[in-house]
Order: sequence, then C-alpha cells, then structure tokens
Amino acid sequence: MNPKITVAVASRILRQLKRDHRTVALMLVVPCVLITLLWWMYVDREAVFDRVGGPLLALFPFIVMFLVTSVTTLSERTSGTLERLLAMPMGRLDFLCGYAIAFGLVAVVQSMLVAGLAVGVLGLDVRGSVITLGLVAIVDALLGTALGLFVSAFARTEFQAVQFMPALVIPQLLLCGLFIPRDGLPQVLEWVSDALPMSYAVDAMNIVTRSTDWTGNLTKDLAIVAAWTFGALALGAVTLRRRTA
Amino acid sequence: MMKKDVGGVIRVTGLRVARSGRTVLDGLDLVLNAVEVTGLLGPSGCGKSTLLRSLVGVQQVQAGQVQVLGEPAGSASTRAQVGYVTQTPSVYDNLTVAENLRFFAAVLGAPHGDVDRVLSQVDLGNEATHLVSALSGGQRNRVSLAVALLGQPTVLVLDEPTVGLDPVLRRDLWGLFHCLAADGAAVVVSSHVMDEAERCDRLLLMREGQLIADETPAGLLARTGTADVEDAFLQLVEQRTPLTRSQS
Ligand SMILES: Nc1ncnc2c1ncn2[C@@H]1O[C@H](COP(=O)(O)OP(=O)(O)O)[C@@H](O)[C@H]1O
Ligand SMILES: [Mg+2]
Repeated sequence: MNPKITVAVASRILRQLKRDHRTVALMLVVPCVLITLLWWMYVDREAVFDRVGGPLLALFPFIVMFLVTSVTTLSERTSGTLERLLAMPMGRLDFLCGYAIAFGLVAVVQSMLVAGLAVGVLGLDVRGSVITLGLVAIVDALLGTALGLFVSAFARTEFQAVQFMPALVIPQLLLCGLFIPRDGLPQVLEWVSDALPMSYAVDAMNIVTRSTDWTGNLTKDLAIVAAWTFGALALGAVTLRRRTA
Repeated sequence: MMKKDVGGVIRVTGLRVARSGRTVLDGLDLVLNAVEVTGLLGPSGCGKSTLLRSLVGVQQVQAGQVQVLGEPAGSASTRAQVGYVTQTPSVYDNLTVAENLRFFAAVLGAPHGDVDRVLSQVDLGNEATHLVSALSGGQRNRVSLAVALLGQPTVLVLDEPTVGLDPVLRRDLWGLFHCLAADGAAVVVSSHVMDEAERCDRLLLMREGQLIADETPAGLLARTGTADVEDAFLQLVEQRTPLTRSQS
C-alpha cells in the first residue's frame, strides 16, 4: 500500500463529488429533510421522535454511502478506469482505502449536519457526546461504503446496482429494532437480526443517544460493525481482479 | 536512453485466450522490439484488443506465456513502465483534462512537469481546464492517450488510438509514436483501418485470432505483389486454406 496513491484516490473522488451537485444534495440535504419530516410527524409525541431519531442517525450514513459507493465503483468498473488503474502500480488496498477515506469524510459532514439539526433545532434528546456520535456515524458509513464496493462487483448496470438496496438494505432496516425492539421479534427473526450488521449500528447509536457514558456494549457493537466492514472490504478486494475475462 | 534490450521487449509464446467460452487466440507467438512502431491490423472482432489486453496483463489467459521487459505481463515491477490506452477512452468524465492527468500522474509517481509535457504531446494544451464530458470523442481519445504517456513508459500499448481523428491529427500522432520509438520505446498500435498500415515500421496482420503476416509494410507489398495493404490482406486470406474449425 502506498499512502500517496491512497490520498490521490480519495481526493480525486472528493473532487468528482464536488462537481456533482445533485449527489451532494442527495447525501447532505435529503437526510436533513427526512429527519425534519419525522420530527413533524411526531411533533406532539416527543418520546417517539427521541426513540426513532437515534436509529435514523445510524441509518442515513449507512444507506447513502451504500448507494453512492455501489454506483460510483460500478461506473469505475464499466468505464475502464478501474482496468487502467489496476494496470498501473496501484494496490487494490489503495483503491479501497481511497474510497473509504473519501466517503468517510463525507459521512462526517453528513452526520454533523443531520445530528446538529436534530439535536440543536429539532430537540432530539442525545445524552452522549457529539464526538462519540460522529464516530459511530463514521463507522456506519464505512460499513455502507464497504458493502457498496462489494456488491458493485455483482451488478452490470447502475440500475442493477440500485436494486441491491431493497435486496440487502431494507431487510436489515426492518429487523434492526427501528420498528419493533429486536428482542420482541419472533425467535428466528431475532437470530437473523443478531446476525446482521445494521442491528449493531443502530444499537450503538441508541447507546449514544441514551447514555452519557461510553459503555462496554458500545465498544462491542462498534467492534462488530467494524468487523463486518473489514470483512466486506476484504471480499471487495477479492472482486477487484487485475485480470478479467 | 539505454538501448540494451532492443530486441524481445515483449515475448509471447503459445498464447491461448477464450472469452465467453469461445477461443479468441489459439497458440499465438510473437516477439516485439523496442525502437519500433508495430501496427496490429485486422478487422473488428479478430482479437486485437484481446491480444493487447494480454500484453498489459489485464486479460485472463488459458495457456501460454507473455513476458514484458523480462517479467510476466502485468507484474508489479513493470506496471509503471507500460503505458496502455484502452479502446474506449478510460478517463473521468466529470474531471477536467488536467485533473485527470494530475490524478494518474500521482498514481504513477510521475514528475510534476509531466502533465504539461503530455498535454502538448497530444496537442490538448488549450483544453486543459475543460471537463472531459464537454470534449469531442477524438479529444477524449487523446486525453486517454496522454494518460498513457505519463512517466515516459518504455512499452506503449495503444488500442485504436487514432480512430475518429481528423487526418492532420492522425498524421501528427503517428509522428509522435515514431518519436517515442526513436527515444527507445516499444510501441504497439492497433487499428482496423488498413490505410494506417503504411505508417508502421512493422506490420502484424490479424484475422480470426491468427497472425497472417509479420513484416515491414514494403516487404508485405513486395511479397504479395499488391499495391496496398488492403489488397495484400485479401490475397493472404484467399491463398490460405480455410481454417479447420470444430463444429461445436
Ligand atoms: N468482454 C468480452 N467478453 C466476452 N467476449 C468478448 C469480450 N470482448 C470481446 N469479446 C469477443 O472476443 C473476440 C475478439 O474481440 P476483440 O479482441 O475485442 O477484437 P478486436 O479488438 O479485434 O475488435 C470477439 O469475438 C468478441 O466478441
Ligand atoms: Mg478492439
């Protein structure tokens, strides 16, 4: 791995993003609009907003990064730029880490915006520190980036890439504890929920919103999400073949 | 420039490649030299891109060997010394020409002044700040070519770099290829347009995955007694006994 190349990849992605105003809007404005919508829905029931707001702060970075990464990496595969890069002295890890750094940074901005709005303006009750909240959001975003990189190998077109969202993300969304507490799920679904990474992302965010301290469970949840992220990155690295058919 | 390895910069032996279950190249042998512009000519679909991809080391191969600068094709140690232009321009649409070049220069570890050098080599100095998405197809091709020239590679593999360019530019680019070869590079250029043949030092004619000629353009015309390369190609094809193929 070569840090100069990694940084070059990351700054190139950010430069491309800067040109793409719609994507930036999708990533930064839409989550703010959604959380405001949620606040409005529960404007007379603050407790519900407090319960659902936390998980959403975990879900936005994950979902948005998953989508953006799967589509951008796919276009890198189909446009031939990936082939060209792999024919150059670029390690696969440079490529993957470049993406992770770029979208990790975007995730920080996104999370600070959404959390700032939710806590500062809409009155979401967050007991933990802002730094912890940002950290959890970054870890969630990196998980989304890693999974997005991985699935881009299995899509031929951008339309297919987007279809991975309902296939892979929505089941996790349903089972992550947002709709029913995870221990209230039917037994088999609870086991499934225990196996899915988003459950831990949401659990971690719930700890941050509900507790002032860094707890052992928070460490455990973050470790599980990080393990999933590294696993997906490793699988993603396998799909970045220098030689193709 | 060191001139020690003029012969055999690229050595291909018994190369066999199948794509989508169809054999594209079947036991191909080839030696390419430095200080030479080699043209790989043949109709669309004959396997030119597949062969060039094999030289660069991005093609899965079924059998045979491809050695580039003494290492297996695509080896980490030689990747910076091989410039490759894919058939469809592979640059980032939503970056400017200069931003593309600066990025690839950073990946290659090429010196900073290289960006300006390659811009003037492909005559895109005035378009440096333009977005690639706003360029014509021919200009995009030249951006892609400029990327391949970064870092002054000793092997240049160019897949149809002159397609769609106006005749003046095409002539200038062939002039550039000869300059690069004169500086010591091995330059391989593919084209499906037969009239580009006369501009090469050495000519490889390809048909259905087989090399049917490997000589100088003048040598080919003399041997076949024809006036142009298109006629020579026809003559070579008609002389040959039809390739025996399995019925599968
Ligand atoms: N990506 C691909 N997957 C499968 N088969 C391919 C692919 N690209 C080309 N082929 C097939 O390989 C053969 C040779 O193609 P190619 O090397 O691109 O020829 P040329 O560059 O001379 O036009 C053709 O029959 C083509 O259909
Ligand atoms: Mg081709």
